[in-house]
Amino acid sequence: MGLMEKFFGISWGIHPEDHKRPAADAATRVMPMPERLYISLAQHLGAPALPTALVGQKVKKGELLAKPQGVVSAAIHAPTSGVIAAIGEIPAPHPSGLPVLAVTLAADGEDAWSETLQACDDPFALEPDEISRRVAAAGVVGMGGATFPSALKLSSSRKAGVTTLIMNGGECEPYLSCDDRLMRDEAAAIVDGIRLMLHATGAKLAIVGIENNKPEAIHAMQTAAAPFGDVRVRPVPARYPVGSEKQLVQTLTGKEIPAGALPAEVGVVVHNVGTAKAVHEVVRLGRPLVSRMLTVNGGLVKTPGNVVAPLGALVEEVLAFAGGLAAAPARLIMGGPMMGMSLPHARVPVVKGTSGILALSGAEVADHREESCIRCGHCARACPMGLLPLEMARHIQGDDLKGAVKLGLKDCIACGCCAYVCQSHIPLVQYFAHAKGTLAAEDRARLRADAAKKLVTARNARLAAEAREKAEVAARRKAEREAAAAAKAAVAAAAETATEAGAAA
Amino acid sequence: MFTAIFSLTILGATLGLALGIAGRFLAVEANANVAELEALLPGTNCGQCGFPGCSGAATALVGGAAPATCCPVGGKALAVAIAEKLGVRLDLSGVADEAPKLALVAEDLCIGCCRCIKTCPTDAILGAPKQIHNVLKEACTGCAACVAHCPTEAILLHPVPVTLPHWVMPKPSSAVSVGNCVTSFAERTAWV
Amino acid sequence: MTTDYLAARAFASPHAHGGGEIRRTMLLVLAALTPATLFGFWLYGWSAFFLWLMTLSSALFFEFMSLRLMGQKDARRTLGDGSALLTGWLLAMTLPPWAPWWVAVLGALIAIVIGKQVFGGLGQNLFNPAMVARVALLISFPLQLTAWVTPLPLTTLPAPDFIAALHITLGQTPLPDAMTSASLLGYAKTELARGIGLAQALNAGHAPPLSWLGVRAGSLGESSALLILAGGIFLLIARVIRWQAPAGVLAGALIPALIAHALAPETYLAASTHLFSGALMLGAFFIATDYVTSPITGAGQLVFGLGVGLLTWIIRTLGGYPEGVAFAILFMNALTPMIDRYLKPRILGRTWSGRPLGTTTTGKGA
Repeated sequence: MGLMEKFFGISWGIHPEDHKRPAADAATRVMPMPERLYISLAQHLGAPALPTALVGQKVKKGELLAKPQGVVSAAIHAPTSGVIAAIGEIPAPHPSGLPVLAVTLAADGEDAWSETLQACDDPFALEPDEISRRVAAAGVVGMGGATFPSALKLSSSRKAGVTTLIMNGGECEPYLSCDDRLMRDEAAAIVDGIRLMLHATGAKLAIVGIENNKPEAIHAMQTAAAPFGDVRVRPVPARYPVGSEKQLVQTLTGKEIPAGALPAEVGVVVHNVGTAKAVHEVVRLGRPLVSRMLTVNGGLVKTPGNVVAPLGALVEEVLAFAGGLAAAPARLIMGGPMMGMSLPHARVPVVKGTSGILALSGAEVADHREESCIRCGHCARACPMGLLPLEMARHIQGDDLKGAVKLGLKDCIACGCCAYVCQSHIPLVQYFAHAKGTLAAEDRARLRADAAKKLVTARNARLAAEAREKAEVAARRKAEREAAAAAKAAVAAAAETATEAGAAA
Repeated sequence: MFTAIFSLTILGATLGLALGIAGRFLAVEANANVAELEALLPGTNCGQCGFPGCSGAATALVGGAAPATCCPVGGKALAVAIAEKLGVRLDLSGVADEAPKLALVAEDLCIGCCRCIKTCPTDAILGAPKQIHNVLKEACTGCAACVAHCPTEAILLHPVPVTLPHWVMPKPSSAVSVGNCVTSFAERTAWV
Repeated sequence: MTTDYLAARAFASPHAHGGGEIRRTMLLVLAALTPATLFGFWLYGWSAFFLWLMTLSSALFFEFMSLRLMGQKDARRTLGDGSALLTGWLLAMTLPPWAPWWVAVLGALIAIVIGKQVFGGLGQNLFNPAMVARVALLISFPLQLTAWVTPLPLTTLPAPDFIAALHITLGQTPLPDAMTSASLLGYAKTELARGIGLAQALNAGHAPPLSWLGVRAGSLGESSALLILAGGIFLLIARVIRWQAPAGVLAGALIPALIAHALAPETYLAASTHLFSGALMLGAFFIATDYVTSPITGAGQLVFGLGVGLLTWIIRTLGGYPEGVAFAILFMNALTPMIDRYLKPRILGRTWSGRPLGTTTTGKGA
């Protein structure tokens, strides 16, 4: 296979410098609780959560702050004990710097867990749906960065009859090592979480895919999984983006997920190893998702490493705790350098999907003047989806979004391989992000226009009905008037005849 | 050598002329009908295009009396759709794709006269006599039909603020990769 | 420190880059051309050097002027990407080494202005600029463009010194008759036209083995097939080019040549002669691999290469011109958009026709 791939040039992906060490080898540090936490209500894919706590209310650690709204949404809990100081808008951890609704929590320093938490000693005796329910109530979302509510995936996998659970320990993004660190530190908890997820989904086998550049994590996981026959650890070749869902499933099982379908279509479901750890804590200890492991890395971080931070801590505070920066960064990133988001500034909170905070120097970002495309085709060879990024970008440049969609824009996973290898430094991913956003906006506009059309039709029908009614009423009145007049005339005529007759008599 | 240059020039000029004439006279007429175009238009009959309602605009578009960019409510996306239907080339340089707008009632100015309510094509304004009116933002199309009818100028259009889920990554501003000369790659491959 | 940070705008991912640069790629190609060029200088003397210098500087000049005319303020920086230098260099490689100066200037003008900038500059041209210029010159000035000289190490005549060579390039000295000679392909074509069989014709001092070393009459940089091959292999190792296009070109020319020569050795040249003569090797590794004017995908490049090779053989064997690489490449350049349209990679999760995969088919089967 490898030789054939080389020969026919169908190898996808790139081999970026991983920059994972020394951060991956440094011991995990637990961040002390900041004085104030800013807990965003939109930390997950789907509708934002609806706040249930009130300003001024005292809450304990793990108490519900906001409940899910709609089908795809997740609950949010208090990361520490304290008083709700405000519920309002704060800058979102997003390139746009637009505001997001958040709960501001003033910590009381006690960090006391709520007493109502529901621990469980023998979770395998629970109904599978009960596990999903508890995971949903704890607000667990995909910890790899996609932040899709995990409980939905668990329960729908059961319905779809999924046979294999793929655990994503790929972590192919450069710089990031939080999954690596978690697997080294908490292998037993992760394996327990995996077995709980097997129970919840009804899958028979769990395959943990770990990139072969993490030998320590592979060893730790293999040791922890050894007693259990249904959890297998499989090293995968280190290549970006092998940690992407479709690519990982193909690498581990040889199955190709059809375009537009879920992995369940081929009988698998993919979860992140961090999610397994969260599931373990929820089901065994009853603790909801209130903190996470994240990597603080980048050329300007003085002491790079992995930090356990409470959700809602400011990036600024996390960086300060991790040892500070050597100089003002050229770019501040949340997530990995390939797919992460640039931050507007450091006063934005950590959210459930924050896998890392990177402070990159100008040399690392390697910003360069954009040049003309020379059609070298490196982007097409790097694309793990088999797309032609250069052609798509050409169409988008000329505002021909339909043409770009025809070339497969909707299949693009925004992994960034194309822009990484581009000799002309064309911001290809930006073109695609722009086009996808514009298409979504157009769809919304179309829905609105259709709704407006319905309203117009309804109004026209109503006006027509009113006019008809008025006309009918008017006609009836007229008829009545005429009838009355006729009757009067008839009476008068009769009277006249009578008088005439009388006179005659 | 000069004979060759001369004859080739003549040949090129003649053939080019013939192609030009053929392009003009044998152009494929797109047969768009009024109903199809009316389906594309917003249907609010707001009259901002200067034609009597959306059906009037559709008739004018088919007749060639109105440009594809005539509907300010539909913006760039609609202009592109209309041009495609009509089979005409579109000059988008004049169309500023404005951010969507919504009508908003200034509560301190509204006298509750109900005039705006009667003009709204989508029934988006709520209110009763002597009561402050309000606009249902889900139903408002930003057509501005109400604005002129307000005696106190209490109702005005305001741009819809951009929110986090609706934010769109800006297009890269580049002048280098697009061929600024005769043709671009997209055009040159259009024939295959 | 972190409080200082305020992003200038929304940056799109990725926030890292592999370090590839157009300039670097172009410089690697130029480096790969150097050995064959130096060999050409040794074979043909100072005149070859002057011609090379003239072509390169004219190419740079015309590129600069075009960029300025089109209002690009940063013209000098764009010039630095090295693409004009490469175009000029490739054109020089295909010219007769003792051609007069105006051939170089006119060629550079055609290549840069008509072949490239008129289309919109770098990356927009449909045809390979160097080949456009080469063909335009060949058709317009057949005499000057086929005035090959015998390599100096082979003649008994004294090599022209620096000044004499300058006179030759400036067009003030006509080529001495004793120096001119036909290229191997041209010679074979003429002899065949005269009704003389190849076996007999090739005995008289035009033995193909000389081509192996590159000591033969021909263009400035096309003589040494081995040095060009070495440059090509260097580019393959440096991952600047891929094997599909060169392999296609060589196979496309060799397969018909082998068959035809086996059937009628008197009328068809041997495959090795085709391989080591004319511009085939240069075309295979340096022209057919031009990013801008060749297909994007590997399969497309293979088809492109096969087309170039086959057409070259057909033109050399059946056509009026003894050499056909330039024509073949221009022809296949025109087909490139079509090849790109039909030979796209398969999108993951979709069939070749673009529909989502059925649930029963897996990746291996499709």
